[in-house]
Amino acid sequence: MSRPDLPALTIAELQPLLRRREISPREVLDLLRARIEEVDGKIDAYLSIDFEAAAKEAEKADVDLPLGGVPIAIKDIISVAGQPCTCASKILRNYRAPYDATVIRRLRAAGAIPFGKTNMDEFAMGSSTENSSVKPTRNPWDLSRVPGGSSGGSAAAVAADAAFGALGTDTGGSIRQPAAISGIVGLKPTYGRNSRFGLVAFASSLDQAGPLTKTVRDSALIMNAIAGHDPQDSTCLNEPVPDYTAALGRDLRGIRLGLPKEYMLEGIDAQVKAAVDAAVAHLQSLGAEIVDVSLPHTEYAIAVYYIIATAEASANLARFDGVRYGHRAENPKDLLDHYGRTREEGFGAEVKRRIILGTYVLSSGYYDAYYLRAQKVRELIRQDFAQAFEKVDALVSPTSPVPAFKLGERTADPLQMYLADIFTNAANLAGICGISLPCGFAQMDGHRLPIGLQLLGKALDEARIFQIAHAYEQSTDWHKARPNL
Amino acid sequence: MAQTSELDVAYVAKLARLSLTGAETQLFQKQLGDVLKYAGKLREVDVSHVEAAAHAVPIFNVFREDEPRDWFTAEEALSNAPRKANGLFIVTKVVE
Repeated sequence: MSRPDLPALTIAELQPLLRRREISPREVLDLLRARIEEVDGKIDAYLSIDFEAAAKEAEKADVDLPLGGVPIAIKDIISVAGQPCTCASKILRNYRAPYDATVIRRLRAAGAIPFGKTNMDEFAMGSSTENSSVKPTRNPWDLSRVPGGSSGGSAAAVAADAAFGALGTDTGGSIRQPAAISGIVGLKPTYGRNSRFGLVAFASSLDQAGPLTKTVRDSALIMNAIAGHDPQDSTCLNEPVPDYTAALGRDLRGIRLGLPKEYMLEGIDAQVKAAVDAAVAHLQSLGAEIVDVSLPHTEYAIAVYYIIATAEASANLARFDGVRYGHRAENPKDLLDHYGRTREEGFGAEVKRRIILGTYVLSSGYYDAYYLRAQKVRELIRQDFAQAFEKVDALVSPTSPVPAFKLGERTADPLQMYLADIFTNAANLAGICGISLPCGFAQMDGHRLPIGLQLLGKALDEARIFQIAHAYEQSTDWHKARPNL
Repeated sequence: MAQTSELDVAYVAKLARLSLTGAETQLFQKQLGDVLKYAGKLREVDVSHVEAAAHAVPIFNVFREDEPRDWFTAEEALSNAPRKANGLFIVTKVVE
């Protein structure tokens, strides 16, 4: 079967073709490979691809399994046995994962084929994928712009039809923000919904893996496969996993959506604001009731986030000592020189900055002033959401205050880059779930740049935000648009 | 809350076992000074009656059965070692 347009299909569209044996998993993989070879030179979404191993898995794939024969791209921070897992860092340049992460094991059990590793900001620290030590990824909608980050490779691959779906990780918006500005769907699950076993840890109390997909239904299909309890992650919740596709198609009558008044910021791009306002009106026309709510501690979220995330990162990244794996400096004169130079040579600038900041806020004399205080304000942020969710089923906001920015535009000023996370950080601090989906386009320099709508749901309420997102998506055409590559 | 000028990047880099060039030290001193100044806004918040918490869905005392299971062989554990010999990691000399 020759179908060059096949990589443009969603997972839900691909599955019946596989199940009816109209196409084989091997043919799907070969057509996807041709598409990747056609476009990846322009977008640089992938760091490594093992088509040989994937072909072997495709030959024996069981197409009757939930994701049987579907190739899935994996962010290069998630362990896939035998494959590189570099986190786009020089310090892990030659590292190969000796085992599968739990989410990978579950994808395989559902019949999916993890075939390639996608580019990212080094150790997931960034919002543009420019902090990759290998290469920046480019936005398929405008190659002079970033795809967002840190899961920018996963987002660009899916947006360019160079992946049917992908896994990313979200510590402060790293799935939702790239999904938004690349024009696809990205879900950050509730903290503890998915296992973190086999993810390279950045900030352990914030990290979650989740899907980047072309549609809400595809996101639900991947969550059906990967969600659930794992005894190898003590923070993973032992709660039943519903069928996330079950609520898709229900209408929005009786649904109450909250508009946080603190999210009406001055810095929001006018085209983003107009698109999100129109999306809210559209959700209302679908039957949802719109309610004003307040999240009083919103203005502190970014400060809290960058204290907690860097503190946890400085502790997690202490493991990169050049002893058991990763880069090691040549001819150290003593142990301190070994550590100091190994880490100097292995880490990029943003990672070094965050290690310094995180070490400082945890250091003697400053712990109470910064880290402990941040943890307390975090609790107030969590309570803000709990109170809002007593009144509403979900919250609505832009995902990113701006559309995709130009490569190099924000790299000189880390604080400006951090402020890009204003709408996404708080969900990680509160541990709740959030989804971004396409809601329009901004026009800039003759390019159409995608705009993302964010829906935040209470802990373990993924089914509800899927339902709302699906109703919006299926009554609009935004998700059908494709970049011209 | 501490004053931002108290951040000494060179000293903290030593604590973090991270060598920095002079230029990096200077750049980070300025950039992280800005970030800490921004973080100073947390001083406005009254946290006197707040208990620190992390997990969105509180969970306590997570246990599992202490049963042996298959894990890495020594060879697999050493598969990414920068230097190894005789089934062991070779490390930098730590005693004189």
